Amino acid sequence: MKRVAALVVAFVLIGVTAWLVWPTAPDVRGQDQRITVVDGPSGDQRVELDTTFFPPPGGGKAPAVLIAHGFGGSKRSVRDQAIRVAQDGYAVLTWSARGFGRSTGQIALNSPDYEVKDVKQLIDWLAKRPEVQLDKAGDPRVGIAGGSYGGAIALMAAAHDHRVDAIVPQITWSDLADALFPNTAVQNPPVQPNAAGQGAAGQRAESGVFKRMWAGIFFGQGVSLDNLATSLGAGREQATAPLTPEHARCGRFLPAICDVYQQVATDGKATPEAVALLRRSSPITVAGQIKAPTLLLQGQRDSLFPLSHADANARAIAAAGTPVSLAWFDGGHDGGDGEVDWLFEQSSAWFNRYLKGEGPAGTATPVSAFTVTRDGGRDPGTRQRIRLHPEAASYPGLLGTGTTAVPLSGPQQNIVNPPGGAPASISAVPGIGGLLGGGGNNPGVSIDMPGQSAAFESPPLSAPLQLTGTPTARIRVSGKGEATLFAKLYDVADSAQPPTLPAGLVAPIRVTIPEDTGSVEATVTLPAVDHDFAAGHRLRLVVTTTDMGYATPAQPAAYQVALAAPALAVPTVRTLAAAPAGVAWWVWAMPLAAVVIAAGILVTGRTGARRHRADPVPAGSPGGNGQAPDRPAADLSEPDRAAEVPLEISGLTKAYRNGELAVDGLSFRVEQGQVLGLLGPNGAGKTTTMRMMMGLIRPDAGEIRIFGEPVTPGAPVLSRLGSFVEGPGFLPHLSGRDNIELYWAATGRPAADAHFDEALEIANLGKALERAVRTYSQGMRQRLAIAQAMLGLPDLLVLDEPTNGLDPPQIREMREVLKRYARDGRTVIVSSHMLAEVEQTCSHVVVMQRGRLVSAGPVSTLLGAATVANGHGPRLEDVFLDLIGDKS
Amino acid sequence: MTAATGYAPRRTLPLRVEIVRQFKRRRTLAMFGLLLALPWVLVIAFQFGPQSSGQGPSSLRISDLATASGLNFAAFALSVSASFLLVVAVALFCGDTVASEANWSSLRYLLAAPVPRDRLLRQKLVVALGYSAAAVICLPLMALLAGTVAFGWNDIQVPGTGELIPALDILPRFGIVIGYALVSQLVVAALAFLISTMTDSPLGAVGGAVGLWIVSTILQAVEALGSLREFLPTFWNNAWLDALAPELDWSGMVKGASVSVTYAVILMAVAFRRFRVKDVVS
Repeated sequence: MKRVAALVVAFVLIGVTAWLVWPTAPDVRGQDQRITVVDGPSGDQRVELDTTFFPPPGGGKAPAVLIAHGFGGSKRSVRDQAIRVAQDGYAVLTWSARGFGRSTGQIALNSPDYEVKDVKQLIDWLAKRPEVQLDKAGDPRVGIAGGSYGGAIALMAAAHDHRVDAIVPQITWSDLADALFPNTAVQNPPVQPNAAGQGAAGQRAESGVFKRMWAGIFFGQGVSLDNLATSLGAGREQATAPLTPEHARCGRFLPAICDVYQQVATDGKATPEAVALLRRSSPITVAGQIKAPTLLLQGQRDSLFPLSHADANARAIAAAGTPVSLAWFDGGHDGGDGEVDWLFEQSSAWFNRYLKGEGPAGTATPVSAFTVTRDGGRDPGTRQRIRLHPEAASYPGLLGTGTTAVPLSGPQQNIVNPPGGAPASISAVPGIGGLLGGGGNNPGVSIDMPGQSAAFESPPLSAPLQLTGTPTARIRVSGKGEATLFAKLYDVADSAQPPTLPAGLVAPIRVTIPEDTGSVEATVTLPAVDHDFAAGHRLRLVVTTTDMGYATPAQPAAYQVALAAPALAVPTVRTLAAAPAGVAWWVWAMPLAAVVIAAGILVTGRTGARRHRADPVPAGSPGGNGQAPDRPAADLSEPDRAAEVPLEISGLTKAYRNGELAVDGLSFRVEQGQVLGLLGPNGAGKTTTMRMMMGLIRPDAGEIRIFGEPVTPGAPVLSRLGSFVEGPGFLPHLSGRDNIELYWAATGRPAADAHFDEALEIANLGKALERAVRTYSQGMRQRLAIAQAMLGLPDLLVLDEPTNGLDPPQIREMREVLKRYARDGRTVIVSSHMLAEVEQTCSHVVVMQRGRLVSAGPVSTLLGAATVANGHGPRLEDVFLDLIGDKS
Repeated sequence: MTAATGYAPRRTLPLRVEIVRQFKRRRTLAMFGLLLALPWVLVIAFQFGPQSSGQGPSSLRISDLATASGLNFAAFALSVSASFLLVVAVALFCGDTVASEANWSSLRYLLAAPVPRDRLLRQKLVVALGYSAAAVICLPLMALLAGTVAFGWNDIQVPGTGELIPALDILPRFGIVIGYALVSQLVVAALAFLISTMTDSPLGAVGGAVGLWIVSTILQAVEALGSLREFLPTFWNNAWLDALAPELDWSGMVKGASVSVTYAVILMAVAFRRFRVKDVVS
C-alpha cells in the first residue's frame, strides 16, 4: 500500500512539474501606431491608417508578416491571429484598411491607386523598424496573409511590390467582376460580340447574373460602417454630426464605386464601366506579376468566391513560374468548420519556409501543391467529425486528372420564370448559409420551386464516385430572348431523404436564344466541389429559373430545357491520396516494451519470494516457560530422521499489518501417531499458525517443516497434508459429491488414491450428497469439509474446530474417527475450544497464548503436573485456565 | 518421500476441471443465455418496429442497414453490444474467477491441495479467457444465424458508402472483426483479473473493471487530451468498423491491438506477481 501511495505521489509530482515547466507561449505586446500614407491616382491624398505593430517576442530581428482583415472588419478582427503569428517568431503589423475601423479615407476595393499604395508604404515603414529583418536597405523580409478582402490585397500588393516575399491569401477572389456577375455557360453558337466587350471573360461578366444578395451585403457593410462605429462609441467626432445625404447613401465608399454599385444593383446587369472598375481590383489582371510564393486557401463552402477563383489565381501565378500551392478547406463565406488550426499550420509552414528559410531548400513547396479537406468519418473516441487532408504533388485544375461520364436521362421539360422572380428557389443563403447548413459536413437546405425546375437523373451508381472539380453538362434551352437559369447537381440517396446539394452551390447561366432557331445549346460548368457520391446514389442535374441569391428577370417567361448530351462529365483526381501515415513506432514498441516490463515484474517478484524463504531461523528460543518437546538439535540436521517428523515448527513469527505479533517465536514439534490438541484463547494465533502450515501465509521469521520439507506456498509436500481451517470452502452451486470429486481432480492425483468411500462415510450425508451445497446446513458442510480434508488419507491431518456445529452423537463419532485415524500411523492436529473434547481425543497438547507457546507435552503429563485443587481429579480446563492466568 | 504418491504439480487443476467448476454457475449460464437471446430480441424488435416508408434503407448508418442481410444484422448486433455488454461479460468471467473462490473460501483448499499459485492463476486465466472468447464469439455467430433466418443471406451493404460486397467475400472480414473484438477485450480481461486477485468480492472485481472502463470512455471524450487519448484502452474499441469498409484499413485495428496487448500484458504480470507473494487470509 505504501509503495502504491508513493507511486501515486511520484506521478502527481511529475505531472505538476511538467505542467509548471511546460513552455508557455511568449508574451506578445502590440504597439498602436497611426501611420500616415499618401495615395490616390496622382499620389496626393493623405490617409491615416490605424495600425498595431507586434514586435517579435524573442527580441532581435525577425521577418515581418502583414495581416489584412476582411471586408467590414478592422485591425481588431485579426488581433488573435496576429498574436499567434508573432508567437511563431515574426514581427507582425496589422492595420485597418482605408475606410475601415479608425483609419481615414474611403473604401476603394483594393484598388492599385489606393489600398495597394497604402500597403507599399506600410512595407516602407516596416523597413525602418529595428525589429524587422531586411533583405537589403528599404526591403524588409515580409509576407502578407489575409482572408477575403484581406486576401485580395495580399495578391494585389504582391503583384505591385516585389519586396513581398510570400503570401497566404484565403477565401478571396481572382476576378471581382466574375464573382459578382458569374455566368458559367458557354453557348453554342456564340452570341454576336458586344461592341464594348473586351474579350471573352469581359463579355461573360457583362452577360453575367448579378449576385444580388452577396453584393448587397458587401456594399451594405461598407455603407453602415459609420452607423456601426457610432453605436459602438468609436469615432465620436463623426458621430456628433448627423450623416450628410451623400454619406448616408455611400457610407465610406469612394463615390465612384458607390455610383456604379447603385446602377448595377438597380438594373441587375453589369455595365462596361462596372466591369472595368471591378476588374481593376481583381488579382487576375496582375497575377502574372506575382513573384512571391503563394499559398491559396480557398473554402469549399463559399458561394461568394467559389473554388474556381482560387483555381484562376493559382493557374495565373503558376504560369509566371512562381511556386503556388492550393488547398480546398472546409470553410468559406458560407460557413463550414473553418479549420482555424489547420490553416494556421499551413500558413506557418509557408512563412517558415519562405520568410525564415527553414526546412529543406529546393523547389518543393512546404505545403503540397494541392490539398483537399475531406470528411474522415468520426473520431472513434469522441464520435466527432474528423477531417482528412489528402494531397497531390501537382495541381490538376478543375477538370481533374480524369473524367467519368455519368449518363443522364430525362425528357425535355417546360419551366417558367414567375413574374417578379418570386417565389425563388433557395440554395445557399448569403450571410446565414453557415447557420442553415450547420458546421461540419451537413449539406445546406435547398428548395426548388415547383414548375420552375427541370431535372435529369442518372441511374444509381454502381461504385462510389469522388467528384473533385467542375462537372460539365450540355443542355439545350428553347424559348425566346435571354434566359437566366441556374444549374445545380444534387446527390440523391433515395426517395425517403431530401437530395443534398453539395456545398449549397449553384451555377448561374445566362444564354441568349437566337430568334431564328428558337433554341440554343450551352455547355454548363457546374460549381467546383469535392464530393463523394456513395454507391447506389443518383446524380441529378436540376435547371431552375430562379435563385434567391441572384437577380432574376421580373418578366414572366417560359422555356423548354433538354439535355444536349446524355452524359455529365465528372472530373476525378486520382493523385489525391491521404498523407502516408505509416505505422506509428509505438505500435510495435509498446507491446514489446510491455513484455519486457512484464518479465521484469515477474522476475523481481520471484526474488522477493526467495528472500522470504532464505530468512535465517532465529536461534531456537521456544517462547514462554515451555520447551519444545524432544527436540534434539542434532536430529534436525539428519534428513532421514527429520523426514519422519510430521511437523516441526521453529522460531515461527508473523506480525499483523499493524505490527502486532500474531505468532511470536513459536516452536514445537509433533511426532508420528500423535493426536495433538492446539489450545489457546481467541487471538492466540492458532489459526494463523495453521494457515502458515498450509502455505497460505508467509512467516516473517522461522519456518515450518512437514516431513522434513520446508513449507512454502504450493510446496509439493503439502499434498501429504489434509486440512480444514476456518470453516468449509465449497462451490455452492455444485453438489456435495461434485465438490469432493472436483476437488480431488484439482489435486491431479489418481482417483484410486482418493478413498472416496471412506471419506464420504465420515461425512455421512446420505442422499444429500447429490444436492447443491448451498442447501446444506452448517453441520453438513462441516462434515463434508472434514471428509474433503481426509481425501487421500493424508499423513498429516490439520483440523480447526472440527466439532463446531456437530450434534453430540456426531461429536462422539468424530472423536472415534480421529483416534482411529492416528492409530494407523498418521498424525492429527486439532484445534479446539472444547477442552473436554481435547482431553478425551488428544494424546498431546500445545497451549498458546498471544502468539507464544505456553505449554506443550502429553495430556497426561500436563494433567499430572497440575495440583489438585478441590479434591477432584485434575481437569484440562483447570490446567488451561491456570496456564493462561499465569501469563496474563 | 516429499510428496504424496501420484502428486505432480503439472497435473494439478486441469483445465477440464476448472471449466466444469465454472460452467455450472448460474451467472455463467445467465450471461450466455443473455448473449444468445439478444440477437433474437433484436430481430423481434426490428420486426415489430415501424417500417421505414421508403424502399430499401433510408440512410447508410449501421443501424439502418441492420435488416438488409444476416451479415449486416450481425455487424449491427456487435456494434451495439461491443461497447458495454461484451465488456461486462468479459469482466464477469475474468473478474469473478479468483475472487469468487476467495469468497467461497475454497481458494485456500485449492492452494493447500496444493495447486501452485502460478499454476492456479494460469489455469484460471486460460479458462476465464476461454469463456470470454466464447462470449465474444457466440454473440455475432448467433446474430448471424438469427439475422440470416430473419432477413436472409444477402450481400452485405457497407455502412457509410452503401456499397455492396458479396457475402462470401465478407465472411473472412467478419472473422477479422471477431478477432479484433477479442483482442480489444484483452485489456478488460486483464484488468478484471488483476482486481480479482486483490479482492474477496467477485462483484467488486467485475464492477471495478467496468468502472475503470467507464472512466476511460469518459476521458476519451475530452478532446483537450488530444492524441494522448489514443493510449486510452477504450479509444480504439470501434476500430473493427474499418474491417467492414470497402477498403480494409488495418491502421486503427493495429493501434488498438497494440494498446490492448500492452495494457493486458502488464496488468497480468502485476496480477501474477501480487498473487505469488500474497498472504491468503480469506
